Amino acid sequence: MSDALKIDTIDRQIINALQGGFPICDEPFKRVASWFGIKADELIRRIDSLQQQGLLSRFGPLYNSERLGGAVTLAALSVPEDRFDEVNDIVNAHRQVAHNYARTHTLNMWFVIATETPQEIDEIIDKIESETGLKVYNCPKEHEYFIGLRLEL
Amino acid sequence: MNMHFDIKTDTLDLALLEAIQDGLPLTSKPFAVIAKQLLITEDEIISRFERLQNAGIIKRFGLVLQHRPLGFRANAMVVWDVPDEEVNAAAERITAHDFVTLCYCRARRAPVWQYNLYCMIHGRERQIVEGQIAELKRSADLIRYPTTTLFSTRRFKQTGARFSSSTKRMKSAP
Repeated sequence: MSDALKIDTIDRQIINALQGGFPICDEPFKRVASWFGIKADELIRRIDSLQQQGLLSRFGPLYNSERLGGAVTLAALSVPEDRFDEVNDIVNAHRQVAHNYARTHTLNMWFVIATETPQEIDEIIDKIESETGLKVYNCPKEHEYFIGLRLEL
Repeated sequence: MNMHFDIKTDTLDLALLEAIQDGLPLTSKPFAVIAKQLLITEDEIISRFERLQNAGIIKRFGLVLQHRPLGFRANAMVVWDVPDEEVNAAAERITAHDFVTLCYCRARRAPVWQYNLYCMIHGRERQIVEGQIAELKRSADLIRYPTTTLFSTRRFKQTGARFSSSTKRMKSAP
């Protein structure tokens, strides 16, 4: 499990409690530190240490890109096994590709494209298709029901 | 969840969004630091932040985790082909489960991809995630819908979209 992690019970509680719902006030760390029975300084030090260990990417926001004028979609490719690395390099070379995962299916490469404008999504898809010779299956979001994405340690 | 009010954002809102996108300064009065940077008062920062959060432009604020180093290596995307008129009800039953981390309806790509309802489950052990998926199918009454599960085997890239106030647009990370 997570035996290799150098985190203690308090770190675990911090991770579980602070993935959302952080109070927006003048001294927010002081306000929540008492939840963990520690002082604000220690909470700040622990968050900093979790970040140094590469366990957090940031203590910050998740924005709604669409509301800020951008566009996001999920797309998939069916890549022949012997071309996987080559196609992977082509796809990831586009700075608009934000996430890319290999998955267990005939459609075996799934990636998120995030662009400044909706029409740019189509341009990136066209480019990837012409560069790889493979069909990109674009699966745009029709409705978002839930964005919890909270993990329990 | 997902209740949004339409608000107008001005230049200062955009500057605020840009200033905090890499994270809040880890110091006792973080909003005072941002206020100094943007030459406005701390109270103004706090009230703008709350407004952007209530409007759903800031969807969430807090620790953004790196899944894999924390041991969350079993990442399942479970998909179903649900008739359009039943999809909202099915999604509601899915999101009632705590272990579901995301749930979306997406366009189908028949005949290669017939599925329209997606959920993600992130766990540490594949065996447990498989148990959760079986439980979800039973208790959310999904057995009758065609389904498949795609576990991720490798992660190649995980960067976020970047916001730039100069163009007032989302940009992809370099």
